[in-house]
Amino acid sequence: MYRYDIHDQTLVDERVAQFRDQMERYQAGRLGEEEFRPLRLQNGLYIQKHAPMLRIAIPYGMLAGNQLRALADITRRYDRGYGHFTTRQNLQLNWPALEDVPDILGELAKVQMHAIQTSGNCIRNTTSDQFAGIAGDEVEDPRPWCELIRQWSTLHPEFAYLPRKFKIAVSGAAQDRAAIQVHDIGLRLWHNADGELRIKVLAGGGLGRTPMIADVVREDLPWQHLLTYLEACVRVYNQFGRRDNKFKARIKILVKALGIEEFRRRVDEEWAHLKDGPQTLNQAAVDAAKRHFPEPERRPVAESAVADFEKLRSENRSLARFVTNNVTDHKVPGYKAVTLSLKRREHAPGDVTADQMDAVADLADRYSFGEVRVTHEQNLVLSDVPVDELEALWKELDTLGMANPTVGTLNDIICCPGGDYCGLANAVSIPIAQALQERFEDLDFLYDLGPLDLNISGCMNACGHHHVGHIGILGVDKKGEEYYQISIGGNSTDDASLGKILGPSFFREDVPSVVEKVLDVYVAERYEDERFLDTYRRIGLKPFKERVYAQ
Amino acid sequence: MPSNSDTQNDATALAPVHVDHLIADGELAPENAWCVSYDEEILPEQRPAFVPLVLWQANQDDIELAPLLASNTELTAELVQQFSATDTLAVDFPAFTDGRGYTIARLLRERYGYTGEVRAVGDVLVDQLDYMRRCGFTAMALRDDQHPDDAIRALNAFSVRYQTDVEERQALFERRLTAGQ
Repeated sequence: MYRYDIHDQTLVDERVAQFRDQMERYQAGRLGEEEFRPLRLQNGLYIQKHAPMLRIAIPYGMLAGNQLRALADITRRYDRGYGHFTTRQNLQLNWPALEDVPDILGELAKVQMHAIQTSGNCIRNTTSDQFAGIAGDEVEDPRPWCELIRQWSTLHPEFAYLPRKFKIAVSGAAQDRAAIQVHDIGLRLWHNADGELRIKVLAGGGLGRTPMIADVVREDLPWQHLLTYLEACVRVYNQFGRRDNKFKARIKILVKALGIEEFRRRVDEEWAHLKDGPQTLNQAAVDAAKRHFPEPERRPVAESAVADFEKLRSENRSLARFVTNNVTDHKVPGYKAVTLSLKRREHAPGDVTADQMDAVADLADRYSFGEVRVTHEQNLVLSDVPVDELEALWKELDTLGMANPTVGTLNDIICCPGGDYCGLANAVSIPIAQALQERFEDLDFLYDLGPLDLNISGCMNACGHHHVGHIGILGVDKKGEEYYQISIGGNSTDDASLGKILGPSFFREDVPSVVEKVLDVYVAERYEDERFLDTYRRIGLKPFKERVYAQ
Repeated sequence: MPSNSDTQNDATALAPVHVDHLIADGELAPENAWCVSYDEEILPEQRPAFVPLVLWQANQDDIELAPLLASNTELTAELVQQFSATDTLAVDFPAFTDGRGYTIARLLRERYGYTGEVRAVGDVLVDQLDYMRRCGFTAMALRDDQHPDDAIRALNAFSVRYQTDVEERQALFERRLTAGQ
């Protein structure tokens, strides 16, 4: 993974010193609340309901074992011994003390980490495919490109005060696992007929208050122009994005208001001046970025070991369940990627304790070349596990409570921190997730339902991506009471779609039975192995509506 | 009819603004002679003054006036051509969170080759100065409550930059390659 050189290290060290200075001025009253706000936000620091919240960047979800140990140490020393992985592949601390934050950033810098631009109206952490570099369907490893984007966007002098936040996602595989159609900019790396790398650029997707699927700005951008083209897109947004209404300030509103043709025309006009300029990439620069992501030195796994593993799988039902749901094929025969579930009823989805972080770091060292990945579904991945060590890993994960064989099922809920922590939330979301996990815990039932994304957001900012859940739940506030609106039919992958609202919202305690009724309709109406999403697309909203609102 | 108090407020809002502390070429300038007037119809009495673009265009023979560009100004080659008549111009930050001025400064420098002073005025805070300088501002008139010592420290907070900007014409990825050869 990417390792800092003297330049990267100096920059994060200087950033820590800068923030320490800003914090001192704030505490001395020389920097007002309003003026301090964007500065702290661009260092990941929110002032929350109960305490400050610090969001730590995990660039495109890649973590080294020593970084995870440092995070564990930080949560013990400065927080309450746990952290929360988010849908942007970052880690949030829920209980740091304001005055400790410069020290925490200093500790992060020691392990090549930071919290730069994890919030605020700037370019945020670029997200990507959790199976980057190992997926069988990969055309181009997105990580070097993400790193080039990370560097270009970090402390960009022109784009620190955009109209609103700006999120970029990159996919380099046949299947989109990075939700590129619901980002401000989505990039898809692909090869043309001559085998040359091209980049498809999407713009104007997003969730939040006005969810939209992105439009295509350019199908076939040659890779050399990635940064100049991004600069043109963001410059057009910086100049023309709305600043009078924060709810209409995202790039998606600009793209829709101008129309994609006019947006594209303005970007191209801008790009004509930037194209072939000094930020044009060359092969040597890309090769240098790629050298940070070498193939690990995988030992050969004998074919007999693969056969032995398949035999074991057929004999051990528990292991088989785990493998079916939590283990993903790898481009190298004999290797697998293993997803560690962070979805257990006793914890909020995405939460992990300091002890678990240490344990995962240890497992990563022993089983997967010392690297861990964070997924936007709020789980962790060990990407390079030899099949002959899978059973041993599974047993260790089980002891840690991270082997729930439910990845990709209804139980693998994406969920924001909600009203229990977040100052923006209209309603709690974690207790809803827990109530649903309790109601639907029977594995056979979950497996029978097949792949099902259930996403929960505590408010319309949509951190829990409810619009793109097959079933989406949104907390709403009606005269101070918490209600929940349920939508169905959303999807974040290649055939992305936004969920449709069933109808009037529900009381908190009714949510599990409403979801159950939705599932009943699916089970009754589906053809054989038809997915929930496909059944919905075939039969529409009406049967679900009739069942849920039946008198 | 506006009430008296409204009229007074309008008059106050449009009174020329003068701030004491000006950062020019990375240092605290000994003085700041210029005021900024936002009134689009009436010239201020004080001189020298930055005045709204339309007013400057109508009074180009007054050499003690210079153009004040609003943050929504759309630059064109024809417009910037007019600026050859002035050796300073100001870009307004109506709120420090309005980032359009950064783009305006870069375009003035990088696209249109304007070589006079580009001054940031309005809601100009200490912690923006480094970005402003990198985008081509050579002078920043600090909001009244900002401390000049903090400003100089903030200007020198970073020795590393990844991107190209008005000052740095080689991206770090290029400089790394050169260093590695």
